[in-house]
Parts: sequence; structure tokens; C-alpha cells
Amino acid sequence: MNEMSNKWIGKNTIRPDGAEKVTGRAEYAADTTMPGMLWGKILRSPYPHATIKSIDTKKAESLPGVHAVATHDDSVDFPLDTPVILGIQDMRWMARNVLAKEKVLFHGHPIAAVAAKTEEIAQKACELIEVDYEVHDWAIEINDAIKDDAPILHDFIKFDGKPSNIAGTLEHKKGDIDKGFEEADVIIEKDFETAAVHQGYLENHACLVSVAPDDKTVIWSSSQGQFMVRAMTSFITGIPQSNIRAIPAEIGGGFGGKTIVYLEPVAAILSKKSGRPVKMMMTREEVMRASGPTSASKSTVKIGATKDGKIIAAKGVFYLQAGAFPGSPIRGAAGCCLAPYDIPNAHTLGYDVVSNRSKVAAYRAPGAPIGAYAVECVLDEIAESLNICPLEFRLKNAAKEGTKAVHGPTYPKMGYVETLEAALKNPHYKLPLKKCQGRGVASGFWFNAGGESCAQVNITEDGNVAVTTGHPDIGGSRASIANITAELLGIDINRVSVTIGDTASIGFSNLTGGSRVLFASALVVTESTKQVIDILKDRAAKIWNIDKEAIDWENGVAKPAGDNAGKFKPLTLAEIADQATPTGGPIGAGHQVNTVGAEGGFATHICDVEVDVELGIARILKYTAIQDVGKAIHPAYVEGQLQGGVVQGIGWALNEEYIYNDKGKLDNPGFLDYRIPVCSDLPMIDTVIVEVPNPKHPQGVRGVGEVPIVPPLAAIANAIYNAVGKRFYSLPMSPPKVLEGLEQK
Amino acid sequence: MTETQYLSPKTIDEAVNLYSKNQGQSKILAGGTDLLVQIRSGVLSPETIIDIKNIKEISEIKNNGEGSFTIGAAVSGASLEENEEFKDYWPGVLEALRLIGSEQIQGRASLGGNLCNASPAGDSVPALIASGATANVQGPNGKRNLPVEEIHAGPGKTNLKNDEILINFDFPTKEQGSADAYLRMIPRTEMDIAVVGCAVNITMDEDTCINARVALGAVAPTAVLVNEAAKLLIGTKLDNDVIEKAAKCCEDACNPINDKRGTIFYRKRVSGVLFKRALKIAVERAKR
Ligand SMILES: Cc1cc2nc3c(=O)[nH]c(=O)nc-3n(C[C@H](O)[C@H](O)[C@H](O)COP(=O)(O)OP(=O)(O)OC[C@H]3O[C@@H](n4cnc5c(N)ncnc54)[C@H](O)[C@@H]3O)c2cc1C
Repeated sequence: MNEMSNKWIGKNTIRPDGAEKVTGRAEYAADTTMPGMLWGKILRSPYPHATIKSIDTKKAESLPGVHAVATHDDSVDFPLDTPVILGIQDMRWMARNVLAKEKVLFHGHPIAAVAAKTEEIAQKACELIEVDYEVHDWAIEINDAIKDDAPILHDFIKFDGKPSNIAGTLEHKKGDIDKGFEEADVIIEKDFETAAVHQGYLENHACLVSVAPDDKTVIWSSSQGQFMVRAMTSFITGIPQSNIRAIPAEIGGGFGGKTIVYLEPVAAILSKKSGRPVKMMMTREEVMRASGPTSASKSTVKIGATKDGKIIAAKGVFYLQAGAFPGSPIRGAAGCCLAPYDIPNAHTLGYDVVSNRSKVAAYRAPGAPIGAYAVECVLDEIAESLNICPLEFRLKNAAKEGTKAVHGPTYPKMGYVETLEAALKNPHYKLPLKKCQGRGVASGFWFNAGGESCAQVNITEDGNVAVTTGHPDIGGSRASIANITAELLGIDINRVSVTIGDTASIGFSNLTGGSRVLFASALVVTESTKQVIDILKDRAAKIWNIDKEAIDWENGVAKPAGDNAGKFKPLTLAEIADQATPTGGPIGAGHQVNTVGAEGGFATHICDVEVDVELGIARILKYTAIQDVGKAIHPAYVEGQLQGGVVQGIGWALNEEYIYNDKGKLDNPGFLDYRIPVCSDLPMIDTVIVEVPNPKHPQGVRGVGEVPIVPPLAAIANAIYNAVGKRFYSLPMSPPKVLEGLEQK
Repeated sequence: MTETQYLSPKTIDEAVNLYSKNQGQSKILAGGTDLLVQIRSGVLSPETIIDIKNIKEISEIKNNGEGSFTIGAAVSGASLEENEEFKDYWPGVLEALRLIGSEQIQGRASLGGNLCNASPAGDSVPALIASGATANVQGPNGKRNLPVEEIHAGPGKTNLKNDEILINFDFPTKEQGSADAYLRMIPRTEMDIAVVGCAVNITMDEDTCINARVALGAVAPTAVLVNEAAKLLIGTKLDNDVIEKAAKCCEDACNPINDKRGTIFYRKRVSGVLFKRALKIAVERAKR
């Protein structure tokens, strides 16, 4: 498609969900109610690690106002030794995370749930449930979980033949790592740590579930995938998917944290038992204690380079916390960390470590920031020791079209080099710095993703366009789809409306995650729209009684392809729609496919900090995020994604962390002491959008939302070093840590 | 849900009477920015709430001249900000009160609530102590007047009796050449809780310090008046070594804990730093 001729693609059209949101009309999960509705509440474990010997719910059940009590016994039983894989999740774990079975594995782990007339009664009833525990020692931190005499969470998980908290490994190898290090002139090896951080979505988890006597189930909930909600609820409750209609509410942020269920199966069980609709809402404290976060980590990265600045060998070992059940994002850490570079000899290895914390959930480019943090900090040290500009150093080693990546693929056309060149050219990189100010750079990569998507494009009777897709819109997909549809049809954007269908109104569409949604839904919407155009031409052909091949579709009208076709006044979309019935009936087309051809995204960030060396406070002065986005279908949304990712990275780098007390209990389960950045902590985040189109996509889309959280951790760490001459190897670089570090210098 | 009774007396006597009648089961409500949060989170469930905002003495600002003010315990940060004279005389107290929360919180948060909530990290408390303000307290057995530094008994605890209400604060007449300042350290830039707070109230005669009060917050179970630091300053020209020694006194006056908000090491070190910075601001203001 010709850039310059684009009318809607690349334009900042008004977001279709804007008016509803700013006027309070948008429906979130917590806004829904039903007649006869009950409230559900969850009883949570007071211990980080214990065997459940018995649960007595009698007293709770006899409390007036209580309609149902649920425990794990009410859900489908998945034996511990048989995997039940759904996407990247294992339903054995999911079922036990939703309601504990043999053991409670973290403080806050759900044990039982109550449905009652009011939230207060449900809460009171929870307190009446008697649980007999056998309390065990616990392990919170990685080092405690992997030591020889560590308390074992799951007896049947073995590593090296012994019961272990290491639940799995993943590695990538290329070349001969030993030979590579032998040939290196400079080798730097460092250890790093990061803390567990929460996605911090504004909207707490909530749902309303109604199970009718015939098991027909309706779920209203806030999630990143209504089909995921349907499938997981079906697995855990045994209600067939065909009986479940999952309706996606508007979503107040997810960032990966809403790609699994917590409440929906529990509410379904309670609804089925009580015969009433059941609504459940988590408090912020419950969200912090029992949902999300992403892994804490420890890692060691060793990189060797030649005198002339060529990286010749790299090794990374990453331990990532999974929380109570296996499944930390080691793939993101071990797979993405070296992706921007052309390195002949490399080895990355990830360990999945369970410990007595809440089960981790995906968080924006899961695992990738952890890997990039360590690698990009070591690269900064090598560049320094070789006395090369850190951007030139990266440029010299940058992966390009044809490079075989350490994680496997050979790259097609891609835009990493372009981000580095844009960074070198950016005026930000040359601005003078004052005392105690410093500048750091870092790069990052995310795979992006394809997968199953469905779309339906219908022409309404009045000649407008209704598009339905199957992915919750958490990053602007509706606006972008509207841009693409209007462009392809050649009509005004206001004539296109885009809706997210529920599980009964559109075919299976994989969840919103992996930066896949616009890539995938643009593909199916493009195909559907092409089919619609074909039908429109066919209808015009019928009206004019000429050959379909003799008709062109241009600027929203059907017209004869040339003089030979005949002389007819062009037919508008509305005119054809008006004739739909006599010419064959409703006009519309759908397409469903497992989309392939997703290609990675690369970013390079420049960050300036100022450190108050007496107080240990690092403040971000200026930040520029440069990213190859493939094609920015809606640039304002793309910019928003870049800025949002950076801000979350800043929080991760400077202040956010899960802090546990000596009882194994999270000590900061709220936004006062779990410090995400506030507006006044941040400068305007500048963005530079680089567009190297994905050759495998009709509009060139790559995926945007995850790459921007990958570079900030290292960019900020490198900037702090540049400001104060001291390197920090542990996140967050919070004031007490920084001040102590400075005094040790 | 348990029912809560809301009462809104119009006079001090009425309030004192209601409060002592419901001893133990009732709570005083000023701005409610602490109380309501505690009720909602289930920490407290009082049977009766006595709103004191409709009582004249508790909600008014009185200028007695020459820097002496009587400020009602429930006067909000936003309304004190609007008083031009108070701002001129007690910029440190005002800036401490104004640091509390956000714009919305400022419409309600009061000096009395901040003090009676008795958080060691309450921002206005060190500033009140440094100013030399005293608190007027009234109960069924009459009135008392005590220095602000004697009100805190420990985290969440005051020396007010179960039936006593804080009515207002008396600020002393302002000495010639004096000024106050307050600074706090928070990891973020707003909406956070002080890891350390420091207030300095200083009187200068040309380049000589002739009077000083220094107070620290968030570094001990209660806000602390650091007399040793003040003593070192008085009678000197505030040379660097004097300031360093006084800063060391501030570090020593700390009796902090390691917690999620900061380490012992950090809080001590920062007390000295904030003291030096607050002193500098106070001196600049005093010389103006
Ligand atoms: C979002 C937010 C941010 C905040 N930020 C800060 C901050 O930055 N710094 C800070 O110091 N605080 C902060 N706070 C806490 C709170 O706002 C302050 O402590 C405020 O000064 C309390 O004043 P109030 O009038 O609202 O007190 P209230 O909540 O009405 O009362 C507090 C306590 O004192 C008692 N009390 C009140 N008045 C009297 C009286 N006259 N006599 C006897 N007892 C009385 C009440 O019974 C209650 O126990 C914040 C609170 C919120 C919600």
C-alpha cells in the first residue's frame, strides 16, 4: 500500500471507546449486576506453606444469608502427575491456584469461597470456615528455594533426580562458547538481581457469573481473553465450553496480568451450587497478595569481546521465580536477552524456580526485561572498558536481516540498526549534562506473536460497516482496526464501528497478549474486508448486469473498470447496501485462521538521570524511546504504548518491589508502599517511531506494546553509573540501596 | 454491616459531653482522611463518629498579631493556605501541612488530625514542634494546655485522655529575624509517606543564631525535638563545623527501625542531610 496515499492508516483518529470512557458509560466487570445476585468472597491462607488436613465449612454454611460454600472438592480433579496443557498454562496448577487442594503454597492462597446475600456476610462466613493446617517451613527468595535443604513445595518435581524447587530449564546454544571466550580480549562477568514487580493495573479483578439450572453459563469479566476465560472456567468446573458465554467487559489495564483466571471458576461453582448469579471483586490487597506479579530473578551474565569491539562470546544464566506453581517466563529472559546482537558463540540458560509466593502471571514482555537488564549492563561495561561509545558498540554488533539469532530464527528484514542510528542522530544523545547527572542507553527485543484470530465484517442495512473481532482491546486495537477497515474500503472512518465479540458471537480468538492482537486481527480483518469488497463488486455487477471482473472498487464506490465495461454512475456502499436483499441478501464476510508471520520488535532507549547523592534518590530527567514498530497504524496509541512501557520500566528500576516480612507475608500490598511512579516523578517520555515494515504482514505490523518495557532497567542503571561512577547490580535502585552503595564506593 | 452513629455537635461543651458519654466506642472526626481510611480497611469500627468541624473554635483561624495565631484543630490545609498572614509568619508549618496528600486530601486534612493520628511520620508534627506551638485540650474535667511535643506517646498513641478533645493550637509571637522550614524525604515526588521529616525554626540576629528549635519525624516512635542540635547552633554564626556537629546530633537523636520504608542506616543519614537543607532554607527566610 502506498504510504502517501493512506487516508486513515497512520492517522490519529478519535478512539472509538473514548466517549464512553470519559463519560462513565463504559462497562467494566465491576459495573455489572443481575437480579437475585449474591456476593462471593474468598478465604485465603494465613500461612506461606502448609498442608491442608481438613476444611470444615459447616459453621459458614449455617450462617444466615449464606447460600453456598466452595472448596477445591467442588472443582474438577486434575491428578498431580498428568499435565493438562492449555496454551502456555497447565490446568493442574491453575485449578490449584484458584482453590488450593493438597497444600497452601503462599500467604493469600485461596482455600475456600462463600456466596452470600452481602459481601459482609460472605466475609464473616469465610472467617467461620475451619481449616486444619500442618504448617511447613517456607522459602520466599530464590536462594532459599534452591539451596540443598530447602523446603520442597511439590514433592514430585525432580531436578537432577531429587525433589527440587527447580521446576524446569530452557536453553539456547550457538557456536562454541568456550572457544569464543578464549578468543576474547576483554571478558566481563557480573551477577544481577531483580525484585518481583506487579503489573499494577488500575482495575482490580472482578466478575459476575450466572449458571442457569441447565448449566447455561454467562460470565461477565475483565480479562485479556474471553475465550481464555471460557476455556479455563470449563476445565476447572467441568461445564462444557459450548454452554459458557464469556462476555468481555472493558478492561482497566492488564499488562499480561489478566491472561489467567482467578475468580471466574470460583464464581461459577458458587453460582451452580447456589442457583443464583454470583459477583466477586478483589480488593487491591487481594490483587497484590494473590494475583500477578512477574518473577523476581537472579542472573549471571558473562560477555567477551575482541579489542576492536566485536562481541565474540556471551553466556547468561537466569533464575526466575515462578511463585507457587511452575511456569516463570524463562523463555523471555533466555530467548530475548541476546536477540539484538550478532554473536557467534552463545549460551543462555534459564531455571524455573517455585517458591512460596503467589503464582506469577505474564507482565509485558514476560522475562525479557530481566534478561536484557543483565546483558545490557554488561555491554555498557565492555563498551566502557574498550572506550567505545555504547551505541557504536551496539551498532557494530547489531543483528540484521540474515543474522541467525541465538534463540533460533534467521531474521528477515528488521529494524534494530535503524533504532541505533536514530539514537545516535537524536539531539538528546548530545545534550550537555551537569554534575550528578548521567546518561545511559540500552536496547531490547520482544518476539511478538501470531496465533488464532477471527473477524467478521458486516455491511449494515444503511451502508455502514460493523467489524467484530475476538480480542479484548487493551492497547488501541479497535481504533487501529477501524483505520485499516476504512482505508481498505475507502470510506470515512466514522462509518466503521469495531466491537469485541463475546464467545458466542465470534469464533475462537486467542487472548490479548504477546503484542499479537493488531498483527493477527489486522490480518483477518484485511482478508474479511477484501472478501466484502469482492461481494460488493459482485452486487454492483448484478445491478448493472455486467461482469464482476469489469468492476473496480475505489474510494468507497464500485465503478466500471473502463469504458469497455459500460457507462454507469458509480455505486456507493450505501446504494449497494440498499439493494442487498434483491441482489442476494446480507453482505458480510468473516475470516478465521492461525496467523503466522509475526516478527520481532527492537528498541533503543536513551535515559538521563540526576542523582541526589546525599539522599540516594535517582530522578529521571529526560527519556527517549526509539522503537521499530513495523507500521504505526494509529501513531498516538503507539506512542502511548511506548510511554507506558517506559514508565513501568522506570518503576521496576527505581522503586517497585515485593517486600516479604519474616512470616513469609507480603508487607506492602498496596499502592502506598508498593511504589509505582506518580506523574510528578516523570518527565515527558519522548518517542521516536521507526517503521521498518514486517514483510510478512499486509500493513507491515510487528507488535508494539511489550518491547518498550525491555530496555529501561538497564538504561537507567547505566545512566546512574554515568552520573555517580558506581554500578548497581540489584533492583530496585531505591534510595536506601543507592545511598548505601555510594557510601561504600 | 454494623451501624455507625454520626453526630455533629455545634459547641465544645456538647462535643466533650458526647465524647465522654461514648468513651471508647466513639471517634472524633476532623477531616477524616485518616479516620475514614481506617474504618474502610476494617482497622476501626467505632459505634459513634463525632464530627467537630462545625464547632467554631475548632474550625477557625485567629490572628492574635505579631505571629501569634490560634489555629483550630480541624482547619484544613487548603483553608490555612488561603490565609496570607499565616503564610508570612509560619511558612514551615504551612509547607509541612501542604505536603499532606493531594489536592483532594488538602481540602480536608488538618493539623489536629495529623497530630492526633499519631503516626511517627505525620508531616506537620515536626513543624508544629519546631514552631513552639502549644495545644489546647479540653475534657469533662476542664482545659489543659501542653506543648505539641508532649502529645505523642508512641505510634498511634497520644497523651490525650480517652475523653479529651484537641481544640486548637496557639502559635507563639514571632521573634524578630526568625523563620521556619520543613523538608521531608520520600522516594517519589508526591503521594508518599515521609521516610524522614525535619523542621527547623531559627532566629537570627544578623549572622548570629540566637534561637533555634529542631524537630525530626519518622525516625523514632514519636516525632522528636532535638534540643542538642539546637543548643549547638545557638550563639554561633552557623559555621560549617557547627552545622556538621548539629547534623550529627540529629543522626544520634534517631531511634529508627528497619522497615519496608527505609533502613536504620538510611534514616539516620538522611536526618542529618535534611536538617542541613532545612536549616539553610530557614536561615534564608529569616534574613529576608
Ligand atoms: C491519600 C492520602 C495521602 C496522605 N498523605 C499524607 C502525607 O503526605 N503526610 C501525612 O502526614 N499524612 C498523610 N495522610 C494522612 C492524613 O491525611 C493526615 O494525617 C491528616 O492530617 C489527618 O487529618 P484529618 O483532619 O483528616 O484527620 P482525621 O482522619 O479526621 O483524624 C485522624 C485521627 O485523629 C483523631 N482526631 C482528629 N481530630 C481530633 C481532635 N481535635 N481531638 C482528638 N482527636 C482527634 C481522629 O479521631 C483520628 O483518630 C494522607 C492520607 C491520605 C488518605
